[in-house]
Parts: sequence; C-alpha cells; structure tokens
Amino acid sequence: MQVESKVIKGLVGNHAVAYAVKQAKPQVLAVYPITPQTTMLEKLSEYVESGELKAKMIRVESEHSALAAVYGAALAGSRVFTATASQGLLYMTEMIYWAGGQRVPIVAAVATRAIASPWSILDDHHDFVSKRDAIWIQLMAENVQEAYDLTIQAFKISEDKRVLLPVMMGFDGFILTHTLEKVELLPDNVVDAFIPPRDFNLIDFSDPLGIGQVASPEDYIYYRYEAQRSMERSREVITEVERDYEDITGRKYGLIDCYMCDDAEYIIVSMGAWSGDARVAVQKEREKGIRAGLLKVRTFRPFPKDEVKQIVGKSRGVVVFDRSVSYGSGGVLANEVKSASYGLDVPIHSVIAGLGGKDVRPLHMEKVLDDLALNQLEDERWLL
Amino acid sequence: MMLMRGNAACPGCPIPREIDALLEVTGQKTVLVVPASCTSVIMGDTNGMPSSVPVVHSAFAAAPAIASGIKAALNSKKEDATVVVWAGDGGTGDIGLASLSGAAERNEDIMYLCYDNEAYMNTGVQRSGLTPYGAWTTTTPEGKRERKKPIPQIVAEHGVPYVATASIAYIFDYQAKVKKAKEIQGFRYIHLLSPCPPGWRFDSSLTIRIAKLAVETGIWPLYEIEKGKFRLTSLSKTLIDKSKRKPVLEYLKLQGRFSKMTSEEVKKLQNEVDEFWEEIQKID
Ligand SMILES: Cc1ncc(C[n+]2csc(CCOP(=O)(O)OP(=O)(O)O)c2C)c(N)n1
Ligand code: SF4
Ligand SMILES: [Mg+2]
Repeated sequence: MQVESKVIKGLVGNHAVAYAVKQAKPQVLAVYPITPQTTMLEKLSEYVESGELKAKMIRVESEHSALAAVYGAALAGSRVFTATASQGLLYMTEMIYWAGGQRVPIVAAVATRAIASPWSILDDHHDFVSKRDAIWIQLMAENVQEAYDLTIQAFKISEDKRVLLPVMMGFDGFILTHTLEKVELLPDNVVDAFIPPRDFNLIDFSDPLGIGQVASPEDYIYYRYEAQRSMERSREVITEVERDYEDITGRKYGLIDCYMCDDAEYIIVSMGAWSGDARVAVQKEREKGIRAGLLKVRTFRPFPKDEVKQIVGKSRGVVVFDRSVSYGSGGVLANEVKSASYGLDVPIHSVIAGLGGKDVRPLHMEKVLDDLALNQLEDERWLL
Repeated sequence: MMLMRGNAACPGCPIPREIDALLEVTGQKTVLVVPASCTSVIMGDTNGMPSSVPVVHSAFAAAPAIASGIKAALNSKKEDATVVVWAGDGGTGDIGLASLSGAAERNEDIMYLCYDNEAYMNTGVQRSGLTPYGAWTTTTPEGKRERKKPIPQIVAEHGVPYVATASIAYIFDYQAKVKKAKEIQGFRYIHLLSPCPPGWRFDSSLTIRIAKLAVETGIWPLYEIEKGKFRLTSLSKTLIDKSKRKPVLEYLKLQGRFSKMTSEEVKKLQNEVDEFWEEIQKID
C-alpha cells in the first residue's frame, strides 16, 4: 500500500543518506571524515548527539578502524553503518575483504571520488569498482532520491537470511553528495515496518565460535563457493525488496533501469549520476530521429548479466560510458557488458570520460551516439 | 582449563598457559579478539578450536577497533562481558599502533593484552619495533641496532585507567593484575613478556627460567600504573637496590639470539638497565 503522508524536503545527497541511516536505526556507527563524504558524518554526529539517533558513534582514528569497528559490532549483533570515499575506501580495503569473506551484514555508503595520485577530490568511480571482487553487493544511485531509497533498501537486503552480505551504496561525489534535490522521505514507522529487526549474531557465550579462523583448503573454497551462491541468490532478494519498496513508494527500481530501450537501436550504458545526462542525450537523439536508449546499471554486484544481455541483444550498437578504467584492459563497466554479452553479434564500444571530475554533458554523449549511429565510433574513445 | 591441550603451539611456548591464566580470571563471558600472530594458529582452524570462549580473528592492524565494535554491540544489548584483545608485539606496537592508540584515546571499555615475544614469530622470527637491542632475528642477522619501543609507557601516556607489565613466571602477580583490570571500566592494558624458545633460541625446558631471569635482572620490571599512579609489584618491589638484581648477562647468556653481543654491548645494556631503575626509584 502506498504511503499517503508524503514528506518532501530539499536535501543534499549526504544529508539524505544520513536521514535514511537515522531511520534504519543502526546501533553502532563508525565513520572517518573524507571529502566528499564528510558532511554525512557531521549530520550523523548531530543526530547521535541530539539523541534523535540512539546509536553509539565510535570515533575511530582511521577508515581501517571504522570498518573494523562496525565489523566487530555487526558480528555481535548490531545493525551498523559506515561511509567513506576514495583514499578512505582504499585504506579500508583489508577490512572490506574481511567483512565480505565473513558475510557480515554491513551497510557502507561510498561517495565516489577519484584516487590519487595525483590528488583529486572530484568524482569518478575508481574507488567503487575497485571493490568488485570483495564479496559485497554494490548498488549505485543516479540521484539524491535514489541514494536515500537505496540506503534503506540496503539494510533490508544485507540482513536478509538468504543473502547475509555487506552492501555498498555508491553515489557520485559532489554531483550527488553536495547537490540539493527534492527528496520524498518515508515516515519513520514505515521504515520500521520495512526493515525488520536484525536477527544476526555470531558471539554466543554458550556456543562459542572461532570467527575467521584458519581454514583448511577444503573449507576455504567452500566458503567462497557459498559466497558466490549467496551473491546469485541476492538477485532475487534485491528484486523482491525493490518490488516491496515500489508498493510503498510507487518508485520502481530493479537491477537495471531502462529508458526508451524497447525499440532502441543504439544503447548507451551508464552507472550513477550521469545517467541523468544520458537520458537527456537519448531524448535529443530521438528528436533527431535516432532511436537511442539508455541502459542504467543499478546493481554492479551482483552484475545483471541476463538483463544486460537481453537489452544488448536487441540493439544494433552499444556504447558504454565509464568513469573508471582497468588499465591495460579497458573501461570497467564496458568489460562487464562485453562479458555479459558473450555470444551476441553486437558491437560494444567503450567511452572513458569524467575521470577526476572532468565535466561531461549531454552534448558530449549526443556526439558519441551520433558517431555510433554513423558507424564512426572507435572501440575505445577517451573524452579528453 | 579453558584452553584445551593439544593446540598448535610449539613445545615450551608460554602462550597457551598465558591465555588460560587470563581466562581463569575473566571467565566464560569473555570474547577474545586475536590479530594475525602465532595465536591465530594456536587458536585452531575450521576443524575445531581449543578455546571455550568466542574467538574473533582479526586483520593484523584491526584488533582494538574490532574489540571496540564488539563492546559497543554488547552494550547496546545490555550484555555484560569482558572483551579482550590478545595480540603480539608486532600487532600491538608496529602495525596496530594507530588502532591501539585510537582505542586508548577513546578510553574504550576493553582489556588489551600484549604478549611480547619481541619479534614477528608467526612469520619466522623477523624483527619488530619491540625486539631489544642486540637481538638476532632473521632480518637482523648481526643483531638489532635499535632499542625496544616502550609500548607500556606510550599507552600510559594516553591517560588510560590501568597499565601493567606481567610475566608468566609470576603467575599470581599476572592474574592479580587481570583481576584488577577486569573490575576497572575503560581501557586496560597489560604487557606480558613472553619468551619464545625457537625465536629466542633457547631450550624449550627453559621458558619459565628465562621469564624469571628477565624480572630478576631488572630487564623486565613488574609494575602497574593505576589512574596514573606507578607502583612496582611482586619481586620487582625488592629490586630497587642494585645489589639485589642479578647481572643482565645471566639473562642474555641463556639465549642464542644474544650470542653476537660483545662484552662492551652487554656492559652498555647493564648501564641502561641500571639507569632505568634509577628513574623508577624517582617515580616509585
Ligand atoms: C597486513 C598484514 N601484513 C603482514 C602479515 C603477515 N604476518 C602475520 S603474523 C605477522 C607477525 C606477527 O607478529 P606479532 O604480532 O609479534 O605476533 P607473533 O607472531 O610474534 O605471535 C606478520 C608479519 C599479515 N597477516 N597482515
Ligand atoms: S614461535 Fe614462539 S610464540 Fe610462536 S608458537 Fe612457537 S614458541 Fe610460541
Ligand atoms: Mg611477536
């Protein structure tokens, strides 16, 4: 049933996510400041100190400790949250794998940002995609509303007994974290009902476990096999959670989002905030008579292989926009799309753009789509 | 007996007894957080573990933060338990120092035990910041040229409510300190000198003798700092007078790791120990 009493507020992305976290009622938080995430930490600190959020904020000395602290709390039964970006996510990396390997429900927001060197505080996706093999579910938001919505969903997905995986919610640094948008907020009681109380605890004094102990080779590979199976199961759970969410909010999500895909000959694939620009570019192309469509990847892990293959298979040409590169290989998202499209006879081009905050506009995307339609697009093009 | 026999420690390793003595005091409602170290191996594998309390294994540098999180979660459930970090000297004073300092500065309500075998033993005896001057390790084949990092003092400077040194050779003193620490709220730190037969190159029958000599020679003073107040404990109370202390050579000569120290260096070390005790005399 849809919520009647809608609260609409103007919020920047960081505050919208902080608000969602407050409503999810975690018991333990640990966040270390880093641009462009910091204002989220500041907002959460306000919530904790004012008593609006009854949680323990562990004021750690590093991101490694931030994730370590919430990892420990999650093992012992708390709902937990952390957030970071860029260097901070890299600094967490060791614990990212511990959390994924142990399959502990944790929600982490990543305000995406380029990685040094050289220094840049502006957006790209290298930090986020670098964690693709760490056994985390990875969601990416397009706008502030979606960042709010996905944060709430993330808690439910992460703690679902069929899943039990940490979830990373990515949203573009500055472009979303610091942009004021209209956000429709759910009433607290609706969020309470949506996310059931957490039922996960590994610290039991009457049945003591060794958690993370040395594994025999037979056990180690089995752990990993189970992780992969859990990732596969999570597709269904994510879809289910998003359907339930749609019932409440009317906002439809899914592993992917398609805009004018149905009859599209030329597909632009993207992830994150510039999907909004891609929508504009698609409209412009349509006005010119070019049948363009947008395929937005919302769930980077698990990767929506079947959905992507289906859309790509119906098209005549695809261009994937990447804000990250696997150097010596290619655009990270492009590689994923190519791998998912194995066996299809559709050219898949890669555009690398927007690294380190380099501005990308609908105009640039239009030009690429024009060239794609004219068969003039290289396999890999950098928008320098 | 809360740590079962038949674990994977080397013959003569004091760690199992040290953990057992700890758990005898802290009891069933203890969570051990163990970073990468010899103890990660001693604590068993996926085929079973020797401990009768939960053991949370940790990345090398993360144990104090993980323990902070566990304590916060237990508090939020109003569950009373002692959360103990059990870490080696490397996990404590080198790679884990930032995390340790963070937890100490926040005065987390956890107990921290550093068992100091004065090198990275799990990886095969490499030097750590806590390896003493003159000691052979595989990465200091001619003997370490730098002094030992003074971790108990560094922790004490954070103003935490309890810091102590201890030794397996003085087990009642050790357990009394754990008992005291258990009753105190806030960050409690106990630093155990933990002789390691293969790493220090002595016969596995000599562990306790060497632990004892470390105290008797004054190299390892037993003390506690309670709410900032320093106090010598056990045998160390009687060692202020230099004539009561055995020469450091007695401690050094039983260990192959010091075999390359010259008599000059031994003399220098003796002087340093004597100067250290003069300082202790001033504050005690
Ligand atoms: C980040 C990281 N670096 C290095 C290692 C390898 N490693 C495992 S245990 C260890 C030494 C541990 O030394 P210490 O803390 O003194 O404990 P001990 O083995 O002596 O008991 C090292 C270097 C690791 N596990 N993780
Ligand atoms: S190497 Fe030393 S510390 Fe490690 S288990 Fe053996 S005796 Fe104990
Ligand atoms: Mg050691």
